[in-house]
Amino acid sequence: MTSLGALLIRDMRLAVRVGGGALIGVLFFLVVVTLVPFAVGPDLALLKRIGPAVLWLAALLASLLALDRLFAVDHEDGSLDLLLMSKTPLELVVAVKGVAHWLTTGLPLVVAAPLIGLLLNLDAAAQAGLVLTLLVGTPALTFIGMIGAAIAVALRRGGLLLAVLVLPLTVPVLIFGVAAANAVLLGAAPFGTPFTILCALSLASLVVGPFAAAAALRQEIE
Amino acid sequence: MSLVDLANPSRFLKFANRALPWLGGVTVIAFAFGLNQAMGAPDDYQQGATVKIMFLHVPSAWLGMLAWGIMSIAALGTLVWRHPLADVAAKAAAPIGAAFTLLCLVTGSLWGRPEWGTYWVWDARLTSELVLFLLYLGVIALWRTVEDPSRAARAAAILTLVGAVDLPIIKFSVDWWNTLHQGASVFRLGGSTIYPTILMPLLVMAVAFTLLFVTLHIAAMRNEILRRRVRTLRLMQAQATS
Amino acid sequence: MRLSASNLACHRGGREVFAGVSFAVAAGEVLAVTGRNGAGKSSLLRTVVGLVRVAQGSLTLEGCDPELTIAEQAHYLGHQDALKPSLSVAENLKFWAGFLGRKAADIAAALAAVGLDSLADLPAAYLSAGQRRRLSIARLVAVKRPIWLLDEPMSTLDAAAQDRLGGLMRAHLAEGGLILAATHGPLGLPATRELRLDEVGGASAQPSASQQWGAETKLS
Repeated sequence: MTSLGALLIRDMRLAVRVGGGALIGVLFFLVVVTLVPFAVGPDLALLKRIGPAVLWLAALLASLLALDRLFAVDHEDGSLDLLLMSKTPLELVVAVKGVAHWLTTGLPLVVAAPLIGLLLNLDAAAQAGLVLTLLVGTPALTFIGMIGAAIAVALRRGGLLLAVLVLPLTVPVLIFGVAAANAVLLGAAPFGTPFTILCALSLASLVVGPFAAAAALRQEIE
Repeated sequence: MSLVDLANPSRFLKFANRALPWLGGVTVIAFAFGLNQAMGAPDDYQQGATVKIMFLHVPSAWLGMLAWGIMSIAALGTLVWRHPLADVAAKAAAPIGAAFTLLCLVTGSLWGRPEWGTYWVWDARLTSELVLFLLYLGVIALWRTVEDPSRAARAAAILTLVGAVDLPIIKFSVDWWNTLHQGASVFRLGGSTIYPTILMPLLVMAVAFTLLFVTLHIAAMRNEILRRRVRTLRLMQAQATS
Repeated sequence: MRLSASNLACHRGGREVFAGVSFAVAAGEVLAVTGRNGAGKSSLLRTVVGLVRVAQGSLTLEGCDPELTIAEQAHYLGHQDALKPSLSVAENLKFWAGFLGRKAADIAAALAAVGLDSLADLPAAYLSAGQRRRLSIARLVAVKRPIWLLDEPMSTLDAAAQDRLGGLMRAHLAEGGLILAATHGPLGLPATRELRLDEVGGASAQPSASQQWGAETKLS
């Protein structure tokens, strides 16, 4: 356990130090949401209607943006070799790296979402629904994305490839995340069903992600 | 002491240490006077007391833009004369400018809530202020990403100057964008002329805000110079140890 | 304790790097792996720690904790230093000591052993290449492991640092450890045996499956 604790602390420290990407994801999130009204017009009723979808899309892109360096940095400086050799199972190592990444890039998105929701005229109930779906759904984005990060670890243009590999895999998360958030906003459909499925997707990705990523890393590092 | 002398970081430190208490004192007095005047200003017959938010909102909007202007001048100093103090001035101004812009946005949306019934509208002025805030955050992120200050300074200087050229275009296009979509969503304050009873406190508050900016900027520059000295000393320590 | 390999082969990217390598190292011994560039010195070390798959042959470790694999009882010092520039010298070492070791390690003593104790609070970004190498070596001191696999350990080190590393390696051998080092120059250690990868058979000695296939297609 001490090995994993040390890894968690190191990765979180790196994210907040100079050159770490902890808050750039939030900034990206904010910029993307700001651009939407320029494209669709300043109609507040329309923006409110599409608000949850916009915030979810922006959160999806912001989560992926920071992911491409998840394993690549460790690969370049040789740390990954030592992580692979360790007694601690690689699946757990990868999962801990994912948790550290989510705490420093995913969680700030969830915290920033209400403020950014104000810009799209979302009311308190819609905000609460949105924050809840993002809190439950962003871990799924991180843990699905890490599979792509592991596959692209040794490639030079990994960032772009990562997006192409991973975005199609996130379709279910997007569908149920936006469906649950919209259920609160519109009040037409029940919130519970899509939200429960979103929780299930997150839990499944917490298991599948580390196993697939660890398998990919073992293949890539030869 | 001339301005040229101040360009030397050591002289600047001496000057900053001597000037800061005075500047701080004058700022407090200006704020006391300005806030007193602002409280005494008459309420708007439509908006009531909320109009007083203006005395914070308008000066912070000015300062938000002034800070970018100072960063642009400093950026020229960085790129043309390669002066280290210009780097320091630019770096120190960015978070302060961002803070004033954020204050402008927050006071604006608190003002807008009773007026428009919502915290935020995509009004042309608010929107360009938001874009300015995003540009500030971008510059700050750039400073935070590059460890070597002189390399970061040149990159940030280029970004600042591009921003300075682009800001009027953004402002213009946002105005144009908003008028294109004129309709139910555009809210505007009544174009009332400003009475002297409101103008005076506003000007005093603007002076107080400017003094606050100058004080904070000099203090931040002093901290940045000291931070760089620490960095240089540590680099020398690493080199001295074989 | 005895680490031995018999008839070891390694393929990378469809090419045979080496084949038919056999060696045995016992506690207190040093095996210097030498050979021209591309002979497979680095690949041999990476094969021993399991970072490269064994294509043929076998690796055995006797006289150690049978619960642990070779990699888990070995320190691997590769070409890269596995350091993070934004963390301080002490934080870098503390992380690897915490990750690799089960007990709390003496960070200060390990830094002193490589002569970096006065720089403990500095970011690793400020270090020179040699200092970074030494910080990497401090990991071997902080966490005790019986097998050291060193890839060009003397590179980028100045004469004083080479002496210091020589001292650390002698102490490691005296405690019953063993060392497998890929090297060009002399290590200056007693009980050093040499494994010349050029002679045991490089790519030319035994054509691999892919090379045979390549030859056939050429013929047809």
